[in-house]
Amino acid sequence: MLAVTSLVAALALMPLTFVVWITVQTGWDTVVELVFRRRVGELLGNTLLLVLLTLPLSVVVAVTLAWLTERSDLPGRRFWAWLAVAPLAVPAFVHSYAWVTVAPGLHGLAAAVLVSVLAYSPFLYLPVAAQLRRLDPTMEDVAASLGHGPWRVFLTVVLPQLRVAVYGGCLLIGLHLLAEYGLYVMIQFDTFTTAIVDQFQSAYNGPAANMLAGVLVLLCMGLMGGEALLRGQERYARVGSGAARQAAPTKLGRATLPCLVIPLLFAALSLGVPMLTLGRWLAIGGARIWQGADIGSAILQTVALALAGALLTTLAAAPMAWLSVRAPGRLQRVLEACHYYVGSLPGVVVALALVTITVRVALPLYQTVGTVLLAYMLLFLPRALVGLRASIAQAPVELERAAMALGRTPLQAVRQITFRLAAPGAAASMAMVALGITNELTATLMLAPSGTRTLATEFWALTSEIDYAGAAPYAVMMVAASLPMTILLHIQSKRAAGR
Amino acid sequence: MSFLQVQGLGKRYGDAVALEDVDLSVRAGSRTAIVGRSGSGKTTLLRIVAGFETADRGRILLDGRPLVEAGTMVPAHRRGIGYVPQDGALFPHLSIADNIAFGLERNDPTRRTRILELLEAVELDRQMLERRPHELSGGQQQRVALARALARKPALMLLDEPFSALDTGLRDSLRRTVARVLCEADIATILVTHDQAEALSFADQVAVMREGRLTQAGPPQELYHRPRDRETATFLGDAIILPAEVENGWASCSLGRLAVAGGPRRGAAEIMLRPEQLRLVVDHDHAANGGDGGSMGWGRVVDVEFGGSVCKVAVTLGNAPGQPAPLLLRHSSMDLPRIGSRVRIHVQGEAHLFDTPLS
Repeated sequence: MLAVTSLVAALALMPLTFVVWITVQTGWDTVVELVFRRRVGELLGNTLLLVLLTLPLSVVVAVTLAWLTERSDLPGRRFWAWLAVAPLAVPAFVHSYAWVTVAPGLHGLAAAVLVSVLAYSPFLYLPVAAQLRRLDPTMEDVAASLGHGPWRVFLTVVLPQLRVAVYGGCLLIGLHLLAEYGLYVMIQFDTFTTAIVDQFQSAYNGPAANMLAGVLVLLCMGLMGGEALLRGQERYARVGSGAARQAAPTKLGRATLPCLVIPLLFAALSLGVPMLTLGRWLAIGGARIWQGADIGSAILQTVALALAGALLTTLAAAPMAWLSVRAPGRLQRVLEACHYYVGSLPGVVVALALVTITVRVALPLYQTVGTVLLAYMLLFLPRALVGLRASIAQAPVELERAAMALGRTPLQAVRQITFRLAAPGAAASMAMVALGITNELTATLMLAPSGTRTLATEFWALTSEIDYAGAAPYAVMMVAASLPMTILLHIQSKRAAGR
Repeated sequence: MSFLQVQGLGKRYGDAVALEDVDLSVRAGSRTAIVGRSGSGKTTLLRIVAGFETADRGRILLDGRPLVEAGTMVPAHRRGIGYVPQDGALFPHLSIADNIAFGLERNDPTRRTRILELLEAVELDRQMLERRPHELSGGQQQRVALARALARKPALMLLDEPFSALDTGLRDSLRRTVARVLCEADIATILVTHDQAEALSFADQVAVMREGRLTQAGPPQELYHRPRDRETATFLGDAIILPAEVENGWASCSLGRLAVAGGPRRGAAEIMLRPEQLRLVVDHDHAANGGDGGSMGWGRVVDVEFGGSVCKVAVTLGNAPGQPAPLLLRHSSMDLPRIGSRVRIHVQGEAHLFDTPLS
């Protein structure tokens, strides 16, 4: 298992190795000249502000929504739970396409933070809601019997136990913020990633782009280090025995109406705005925008790539997820870091590395489906890993030992007990990966064999030509393709928590 | 003077009745055990007393102060009632010291000494203080949970099957510790359990619940020897229940003529004996006494089950009409009768007559 993990990690290290190698080739003087300049300082400021503002806001939004949908008697809370996850079905760059349409003057930091929170907070909502369902309500009873009022119980007992879920979700969102390209280009907010793409487009794989990528890698490593440091040695499994009782929902009483406004507002901004915009463009475009054979072939190609990529990525992430839960150690942490960092690289850096390597070392692989899938695997390893790790942590090692005591071989025990228990989480992480691939833009543009047309690349091509109406069908298709996966994700996350 | 009073408590979950018209009173500093099968409503009763759930009907008074009354309900955190759940429910994100001190004021100057006192009271080592809950064994976790609940010096302590997850030896020693600690602190206690032996040995008042109703409450000896009905009798321990004809304080049954406690009832009834009231005498000289039923029962051994200090002997009664199920009697491992041998059965004490007439 360690061998497989190491192989995946080595593949994952390829883009980094590429950056380092290019740096060495460029020479120290040029590197200093390219990195220590005002432009990089601005980008650093922008990117850090984006992360530091988006994460706390997302935590507040996600925890509030999760509590309302899981722990209160909010009318229609099942429905609101769906709506809290649904923004995942709308690709980030479609979110900003919608907001730019609604408010053409929207740009800069505030706009970036707004759209990021709306597009990404479901990534926090899901683990936080799942953790809330898992919490043993007896603990809150005990805290109340020890004289703590409801608000203090939430702060001292519930919130601290959400920590691991919050850190995990924040890491995921943080990585997306660092890697996203389309969203920020549309609202004219410069981050490292947009700057790298600009550089690349103007000078192929020039050293300037590579140096910016180097700084970006450092940023994302800082993020991962921070999460690991905060998470520390927190134990995942519940202390004590017996099945947890289901928590009785808190009665909102007179606060029901104001509380109803929160999910309503979130749904209006994160779903209402994209839906209205798309509806409007479709109406304006009429039948014209649906004509031509392009849409059908784009759907087929997207689905095929998404499924193949998701399978490959989950299989590649499984050994690492296993080791990081069951045999955590220094080596495993290093390997895990390798898996994580690669997903935080903008697609363009991974693509750039693969372009260069295939051209120089393995030309037959240049612009083949295999290379695209490899890029997907590298890009979406963290998604698969987060889900798999959490689900394997759900299957305590004791159960496996019990199975072995009942005469199963270790391999059988793993297959019959742990895989069975981890299956919902694995399915969820596959869905996450497929969702990502459906909406992946940059690496697909650069690596796919010529003639490959996915929904995302077609959408991007049309919006670049300011044909917003023509792009709308592709956006609708991407949303439609992501919907079943979002639904699956939501259901599986509930099942993983034992409901 | 009762310290806790529960009056006419009722609770439904949809159509299912969880509690119906439950009355219970608990004296200050006493120990009460509520015992019943799972689903009998005992945990619901405890949770309503604790304030975790609301009652549909009825009142609860603690030391004269109404906790639950029509339209009002004091929330759990203002009741000052201690609670120890089944698995301890220690806060996994806090150390043992912080768990114990959870109910204390954060800037209490006596905090440290209080923690140490409590730790000592529940017989735990000081080295535990900086550990996390998952590093402790189940019994240690329960001790911490008790210390945590004691920290606020509650007037009433509720224990929700706190020993059920532990193995037998640990269970007994922990039960004794808990009883001692609560007795020393003079805290009235309610223990919920499905284990009748635990209830009988722990409490000075036992309350039996069945299908949401409190069927009988009283001192353990009284409940054990004078249960109101057949179900309570068999729930609290092994019972020998025989049909009998009752007249003037005597019952005629397959064991002969037995004295019965209870009023001047007459007619057909069911009587109950505890197995320890019956003593087997191996009848070596059966030829001489053959056919002599007399006032003493006799029978034939059909099975012997060796069980260490106490063994079980199955006996069919010789003078019983028809072929009723054999009686299971206890016998010392010394002088066990052989299968097929004839035995005499001596009865000690009075037989108990159920209140409810035979239907």
